[in-house]
Amino acid sequence: MIPVAFDYVAPESVEDALAALAEAGDEGKVLAGGQSLLPVLRMRLNAPERVIDLSRIANLRGVCEDGDHIVVGAMTTHHEVAHDPLIRDHAAVLAEAASTVADPQIRHRGTLGGALAHADPAGDLGAPVLALDAELVVTGMGGERRVPATEFFTDLFETAVGDGELLTAIRIPKHTGWGGAYEKFVRVSHQWSIVGVAAVVKGSGGTVEQAKIGLTNMGSTPLRASAAEAALAGASGEAIAAAAAKAADGTTPPSDLNGASDYRAHLARVLTRRAVDRALGA
Amino acid sequence: MTRISVKVDGVRYSDDVEPRTLLVHYLRETLGKVGTVVGCDTSNCGACTVHVDGRSVKSCNMLAVQADGREVTTIEGIATDGGLHPMQQAFHECHALQCGYCTPGMIMQAIDLVGENPDASEEEIREGMEGNLCRCTGYQNIVRAVQQAAGVMAGQAASSSQAGE
Ligand SMILES: Cc1cc2nc3c(=O)[nH]c(=O)nc-3n(C[C@H](O)[C@H](O)[C@H](O)COP(=O)(O)OP(=O)(O)OC[C@H]3O[C@@H](n4cnc5c(N)ncnc54)[C@H](O)[C@@H]3O)c2cc1C
Ligand code: FES
Ligand code: FES
Repeated sequence: MIPVAFDYVAPESVEDALAALAEAGDEGKVLAGGQSLLPVLRMRLNAPERVIDLSRIANLRGVCEDGDHIVVGAMTTHHEVAHDPLIRDHAAVLAEAASTVADPQIRHRGTLGGALAHADPAGDLGAPVLALDAELVVTGMGGERRVPATEFFTDLFETAVGDGELLTAIRIPKHTGWGGAYEKFVRVSHQWSIVGVAAVVKGSGGTVEQAKIGLTNMGSTPLRASAAEAALAGASGEAIAAAAAKAADGTTPPSDLNGASDYRAHLARVLTRRAVDRALGA
Repeated sequence: MTRISVKVDGVRYSDDVEPRTLLVHYLRETLGKVGTVVGCDTSNCGACTVHVDGRSVKSCNMLAVQADGREVTTIEGIATDGGLHPMQQAFHECHALQCGYCTPGMIMQAIDLVGENPDASEEEIREGMEGNLCRCTGYQNIVRAVQQAAGVMAGQAASSSQAGE
């Protein structure tokens, strides 16, 4: 299908994009890679009057270092995230998760910022960003603010990005020397996660010192598996399996055609054990 | 209407388009490049795959205005005077199609895949083609064709780099 007609602007700076957004008010919609928005417009589930394309803003794209953080521009594509050497060195779980999103063609256009702002609970990039304790840089007319990942995702398809604001960058504390693994469970290739688990693990010789676990599609937002994280500290061997068994504690995963709630809880436990083992190099 | 200027299969075009026009519709309806086809309404099937600035994209999931200033290559732009592109030739020789509807997208994605990973294993080829659906072949001959073409393309790259030395 063809979208409802709209006006199109492609500003070349964040300032101009914010001005265009303010002018359009409720009728404006931001376009990043378009890989979620264009299907929505084509199905006419949304019909904005003005579309503001961020793709001509050069400084929203790319990865750089800032002291003990790496900073990923919101318009950096999934393909770039998956292959970027800084991300692979300091936030490996994010690179791996990005490489599991959709298919190569969609990864060439879809962006990290777009995926996080879209906040689909089955999306693969929220869990790693949460596990890495990232901060999301949200910019408005009044300047920028940094929102911890724990406060960014507020509900199904809802985030801390307010009206007239843009997600401009993702700041990730360097996890140099930590292991990372993303375990995604799907029944056919090129599908959204039924459940996904992002593990970021510090440890050696088969013993976990500290582990941070993010869960995909175990609730209306990405979640941290806090009970499992606490039990993983100092764990090795069988204790890792016992800790992973707590991965679904406190969650109320959805039931849908892909899996019932208790099946998702089972998947979260199994995938957490696999992800921790792999991140630990066991 | 928005004015765009885009190079498609080596030729520069300037056109006024409605911003809502999808790239695939611009290619087919404005430029008459009907080699690129539409197979779904959900950006799943990959039949519409083209290259934008050298990388594969689904042209049903991109606006024509987003291609302004960029270079697009479609299935109609890959053969040369010397004959078919090695990927086209391999699809032909390996009989990597039945109805042929998925073929333009399969070939464009396969060229991107081999460009990025010239030594792709069978598993890597299957994964790299996951965004392209075929309802006829069962994929076996498609994988064989990509393997065959990868060998030919590697040979061509080697001989052209020798010629350049
Ligand atoms: C067939 C198919 C399969 C897919 N499979 C997966 C999958 O397995 N896993 C997965 O995680 N994703 C999947 N996706 C979605 C993909 O990851 C998208 O790229 C991503 O969700 C959206 O990123 P985008 O850059 O394309 O954003 P867009 O589609 O352009 O925008 C998405 C939304 O975010 C808003 N937005 C975008 N950027 C910003 C910004 N900087 N500031 C504020 N608001 C912004 C837009 O207004 C819009 O509402 C799939 C998509 C398709 C079509
Ligand atoms: S027509 Fe573009 S993916 Fe199906
Ligand atoms: S040959 Fe018919 S869909 Fe692939």
